[in-house]
Amino acid sequence: MNISKNKEAGLKEAVKKYVSPGCHISIGGFTASRNPMAAVYEIIRQRIDNLHLYAHSNGQGVDELIGAGCISRLEIAYAGNGRFAPTCIRFKKAVHKGSIEVEDYSNYQMTLRFLAGAMGVPFLPTRSSLGTDIVSKWGFSSKMRKLDTRIPDQKLMVIDNPFGSWGDAPKLVLVPAINCDVTIIHAQKADREGTVRMEGLTFSDIEQVKSAKHVIVTCEELVEPDFLKANPDQNQIPSFCVNAVVHVPYGAYPTACYRYYDYDPNYLNEYRRFAEDDGLYKIYIEDFIYGLKDHEALLNKMGKDRLEKIRADLRTGYAVGLDRR
Amino acid sequence: MTMPDYTLKELMTIAAAREIRDGDIVFCGTGISMVAAMAAKNISAPNSVIFFETGAIDSLLEEVPLAVSDSRVMFWTSVNGNLADAFAAMQNRITGPHVVGIMGAAQIDKYGNLNSTAIGDYFKPKVRFSGSGGACDVASFVGRTITFMQHEKRKFVEKLDYITSPGWLDGPDGRKKAGLPAGGPVSVITNMASMGFDETTKEMYLTGFFPGITSQKILDNMGFEIDVSRAKEVEPPTGYELKVLREKCDPQRLIL
Repeated sequence: MNISKNKEAGLKEAVKKYVSPGCHISIGGFTASRNPMAAVYEIIRQRIDNLHLYAHSNGQGVDELIGAGCISRLEIAYAGNGRFAPTCIRFKKAVHKGSIEVEDYSNYQMTLRFLAGAMGVPFLPTRSSLGTDIVSKWGFSSKMRKLDTRIPDQKLMVIDNPFGSWGDAPKLVLVPAINCDVTIIHAQKADREGTVRMEGLTFSDIEQVKSAKHVIVTCEELVEPDFLKANPDQNQIPSFCVNAVVHVPYGAYPTACYRYYDYDPNYLNEYRRFAEDDGLYKIYIEDFIYGLKDHEALLNKMGKDRLEKIRADLRTGYAVGLDRR
Repeated sequence: MTMPDYTLKELMTIAAAREIRDGDIVFCGTGISMVAAMAAKNISAPNSVIFFETGAIDSLLEEVPLAVSDSRVMFWTSVNGNLADAFAAMQNRITGPHVVGIMGAAQIDKYGNLNSTAIGDYFKPKVRFSGSGGACDVASFVGRTITFMQHEKRKFVEKLDYITSPGWLDGPDGRKKAGLPAGGPVSVITNMASMGFDETTKEMYLTGFFPGITSQKILDNMGFEIDVSRAKEVEPPTGYELKVLREKCDPQRLIL
């Protein structure tokens, strides 16, 4: 949190200040939508490694962070990217190689874990996963959990309903709260004070933001506080939750940003081709991330025509008739 | 009457769509499950409501979304919510039993338990998949689930390498013993057949075989035995069902 009235920052300095090697991090969005990709690429460019990443279904951003070697531990529900990658490719390779440690939960459980963090309670209950291997198999060993004070000793716990027959739920799974060092989201609109307006689905961004010690918001449009105050019922995140506001047009590219642009099917399909081959992937990282100064350079590399193709239609919020094969 | 030409995927989609009742709240993912939900809504279940785990409710779906977070699910909805809302609607004791979930997986066993996490040893997997996503939540909470599978021996297995999503667990009392809500799997649709689960034993049995497919071929492609004595030939899609599927549900042929 931060109560200053002007949190406008550059992306490089915000990432440098709030994301450091070994820190616990979460990113917003879902599969191919509203991932904070400009920030993801900046983390990769600054070669910040050994990160502990918490994700529900955060898709493209997760795979790129893993592919670039930034992640050592991952707690996740779904490592896929819709039709673009039923299983995220660099994630799959990293698991096969044993280069990351993974703990599996479900999407609701990860959401509840962020919500517990946001609420300031140590856990929340659910009826999900009773009788499954999500309960019985722990990716992080008990020993590792005991040695690391930053993660709970238990992956989760199954308890008898302490209220007896009340609520008609004899057993419950308790999932531990997440309070990460930093959450990064990309939103449609924000002001310099840190108030945020997302459009369309908010996924679990709100819970992720409120559970984090520090928050970076990148936005399509940096607007005046009065603009957001004129329709306050459309805003979701109060300014005091946010540490840095960074104006980054196309900041979710190549993932979609509802009412602004669609995902870029060419990019995501090409990415898959690169990701499947270790040699090509090295070239990808060099050409598309390390070799570029910033996100604007990536957009310039893609060119105006390509961005024009994915521009959202005003009526629907996506690029109608976009060739998505 | 002449038999309309149709593809296998169209047959599978319609077979699943026929399982959806009018008034169901339909949870679906992307791909064939979404097209099945759209087909049901346009053909036999006009009062069904399609919703996604990302929180989009009653999306118009003018174009086929390629992910459940696709902007196409956000356009012309009744509510754009979030994950916490969507899963709560399924865990909710009033709305949850009315939800039918459409799933897919890498492996299934005779009790309809699903694996979408890993093949081989979980701690050193031969093949790692995406993991649960919302699948375990849906399978835990909702009234009924329908699962799409490829009909292969390595997918219909005696014992799952990892139980990601609960079916009937180990039999009729499995869910109760585990403390799960009362719902469970009701149907499995493959590229050869449709299957249900016996009222008493909760074991999978053959309900229908696709035209031209024998019971023996179906059994030859499964890693466990099922009862085939109650099976009938699956009615092929009608001309009207095909027309709706092709013209309304997936005109760009992105899925079918």
